[in-house]
Amino acid sequence: MSENIPIVENILNANDLIAARNEEQFRAAGLLALNIMASPGGGKTSVILQTIEGLKDAFRLGVMDGDIVPIDLEKIAEMGIPVTLINTGGNCHLDANMVHGALPSMQLDGLDLLIIENVGNLICPAAFKLGVDYNVVIASVPEGDDKPYKYPAMFKGADVLLLNKMDLQEYMDFDVDYFRHGVEVLNPGVAFFPVSCRTGEGIPAWLDWLRERISQKPK
Amino acid sequence: MHELGITQSILSIALEHAQNAGAVRIKEINLVIGELSSIVDDSVQFYWDMIAKGTIAEGAQLNFKRLPAWLHCNVCGHEFPMNREKFECPECGSDKIVVASGEEFFLESIDVDLAPEAQSE
Repeated sequence: MSENIPIVENILNANDLIAARNEEQFRAAGLLALNIMASPGGGKTSVILQTIEGLKDAFRLGVMDGDIVPIDLEKIAEMGIPVTLINTGGNCHLDANMVHGALPSMQLDGLDLLIIENVGNLICPAAFKLGVDYNVVIASVPEGDDKPYKYPAMFKGADVLLLNKMDLQEYMDFDVDYFRHGVEVLNPGVAFFPVSCRTGEGIPAWLDWLRERISQKPK
Repeated sequence: MHELGITQSILSIALEHAQNAGAVRIKEINLVIGELSSIVDDSVQFYWDMIAKGTIAEGAQLNFKRLPAWLHCNVCGHEFPMNREKFECPECGSDKIVVASGEEFFLESIDVDLAPEAQSE
């Protein structure tokens, strides 16, 4: 005899449960956690380096790196920041469990800000919550102004959006209004920072925003 | 290729519910996937054929109900499927629109064969 069994269960439940455990650990440590997402070459590492440079004297920072090549890790370690490589096994994204597995290698109690660098990809990381305070998406001018329209899930899930490489805007047909409208429809009121990691333009505003959020964390 | 992990989740949810119902075989898996969840049908089916082997879900057919993302116009109230080039209302031309749906990603139901003792209950 055949029967239809109704289920209606979210397939990413297992990930979301582990994300909630990560969130609990971050909260217990009193730190602010960021999940940095972008295309390959969008500027994740550059933004992280600028952020470290701007905040390392005032706050205790740590970085977890889900990127494939350890070149980025060395740059961060050279700045005296504790950094851990998350083993993604060549995966296209980080999930909550990979982050959870890497947490013991980082002294969370000693940190004010934990930066998690996701795998360079505008599709897959959008689906997997990590348990962070803010999902930070970095888009960049050379990628084109149509990215929110092509990758709506990523832009819908962002809590903060950085538009990097603004110094190239004069050489590109990048319509900032078209870009921002796409973002605004998907994600009304999202925090938006046009920046250039090369010239430093816009970085102070991003750092101010971050300082305020770190200071608001109950210790 | 994140579909492997996802396929494992689908299998474990399906097996749990099948077991609870006293099923001896899972014949069909009915999934609902919104346009804003980035899942590729073919990959899930590909992984399914590998990982479901040896379970009561081996050979099960995966059915994907794809739902488009819908937008809602805050000015005239019109609802319409997302156009990936232009986010504006096709009725009144307003750009004051928001996403109404499209992020669904769940296992809706499974079709199973029940064990004889489960049937007599």
